[in-house]
Amino acid sequence: MTTQNLDSLYQEIILDHYKNPLHAGLREPFEAEVHHVNPTCGDEVTLRVHLSGSDDRAVIDDVSYDAEGCSISQAATSVMSDLVIGKTVPEALALHEQFLDMMQGRGGVEPDEEALEDGVAFAGVAKFPARVKCALLSWMAWKDATSRIIGELGNKEQP
Amino acid sequence: MDGLLPELEVLRKDFPILSRTLADGFPLVYLDSANTSQKPQVVIDAMVDHLERHNANVARAMHQIGAESSAAFEEARDKVATFLNAPSRDEVIFTKNASEGLNLVANTLAWAKGELSVGEGDEIVITEMEHHSNIVPWQLLAERTGARLRWFGLTEDGALDLSNIDDLLNERTKVVSLTWVSNMLGTVNPVRQIADRAHQVGALVVVDAAQAVPQMPVDVVASGADFVGFTGHKVTGPTGIGVLWGRRQVLEQLPPFLGGGEMIATVAMERSTYADIPHKFEAGTPPIVEAVGLGVAVDYLSAIGMDNVKAHEQAITGYALEGLASIGGLRVLGPRTVGNGGERGGAISFEIEGIHPHDVSQVLDSRGIAVRAGHHCAKPAHKRFGVQSSTRASSYLYTTPAEIDALVDGLEYTKKYFRMS
Ligand SMILES: Cc1ncc(COP(=O)(O)O)c(C=O)c1O
Repeated sequence: MTTQNLDSLYQEIILDHYKNPLHAGLREPFEAEVHHVNPTCGDEVTLRVHLSGSDDRAVIDDVSYDAEGCSISQAATSVMSDLVIGKTVPEALALHEQFLDMMQGRGGVEPDEEALEDGVAFAGVAKFPARVKCALLSWMAWKDATSRIIGELGNKEQP
Repeated sequence: MDGLLPELEVLRKDFPILSRTLADGFPLVYLDSANTSQKPQVVIDAMVDHLERHNANVARAMHQIGAESSAAFEEARDKVATFLNAPSRDEVIFTKNASEGLNLVANTLAWAKGELSVGEGDEIVITEMEHHSNIVPWQLLAERTGARLRWFGLTEDGALDLSNIDDLLNERTKVVSLTWVSNMLGTVNPVRQIADRAHQVGALVVVDAAQAVPQMPVDVVASGADFVGFTGHKVTGPTGIGVLWGRRQVLEQLPPFLGGGEMIATVAMERSTYADIPHKFEAGTPPIVEAVGLGVAVDYLSAIGMDNVKAHEQAITGYALEGLASIGGLRVLGPRTVGNGGERGGAISFEIEGIHPHDVSQVLDSRGIAVRAGHHCAKPAHKRFGVQSSTRASSYLYTTPAEIDALVDGLEYTKKYFRMS
């Protein structure tokens, strides 16, 4: 791995979110709380989701969390919550799908900055297979929590 | 530096992988030997030679190469017995790894009848610094039998807290299982002292020597234990093979572990009778070429001398602890000095304020330095020290002071990279 590569992994945006995470802390009200762990490295996130309703057009009013983990997983949690808050569930699911595509593309997928905003900073992470799961942990937690509120979600499964 | 192995540069040539260069031209600095050790050419050659010239199944092949293969396999058992000072070669059981050896004991105890049987009202004692391999099998034994699982806690500096030993070891205690050397904290436990106390109350003593056998002379009789287990891949041998030594008298009382070929005396449709130890515990085709490799590995270590390996580890570990102490914001989890009697193993886990262990190891890796980041299969011990994970550097007989310097420089660079200095 080259230093250049290291810089592509640790983009400024990622380090900024790591040091100053958005929406951190557990808040009320919420309809579901989940706890997800990455068993290989021990990263953990407790995450709450608050929706405006319980049908699949519901708006995500809040995502709050308590997370412990590396810069990649912490920053991803911050970026994810900021992206999905204020969106409807189907909109957020579509973003999740785009994010997954980018992360699983081994660096070959050109991300849509308009849609993913700060999330595009994780494109470099896709080149480090061992770190991809760090970036996906909180997305999976969010999806799990949301599906507990409104039932099964139509989104492609994690490999 | 006192205690280093002589002609270290020559010795390093025994390990082909150590001359590798990684991305950006950085030479490999391998500081993950507590995870798995590197292999000397003699081990690799012996395994290749066995496969090329002597490959056959053991015990059940009647032809010439079958005899050669069986002899090579059983010779490996002799070598391991000598290496451990085992009273009898029959007490050396080949397993798949250290984990399997520990499970063998815990499972057969769950099935044992009579004197060794474990049940409600009995107690099993472990410690808070165990590798998951020496926790989960005992939790399973407790669940299966209704026995109660208890454990020694840890002191602030990473030693076993023996203050409640009289309470923990009592007439209800059936088994005490502990690690000799911690894979996370580097602590060396007073195995003999605990074994003697455990035997006073009639308990069996199981020692996880996965980190001890690589780094220091191990004499299973002097240890006072009833069982001592280790894993081949951490002693410059291959993966896929481990060793469980057990006292003959106990091994003979235990029921078989797995059923299959090789472990029987005779089989009828109604019932079978079992082979004598060690084969009673070795069902199916064993890891033959791995055993051959392990035999050569322990001979390699013996030729260097385990006292010398230990002295080298102590010297390097002391040097590393000094180097790490110079880094601001770095906290070592576990003993911070080596101690005069060598009370410290070569695994050094630490945390750096504000930088997650994964990020530390990622930056070190970009400079060719291989360390481990995570919980090192010792989650309870991490929890005890209030951390979720740590970075671990671990040395071995081939580690040089220059590699420790590279680690210290790499950590300073990491701090700069994350703007922590
Ligand atoms: C103290 C200790 N016990 C047990 C093990 C398990 O060894 P293995 O994975 O080879 O079974 C290890 C190594 O991972 C260890 O360090």
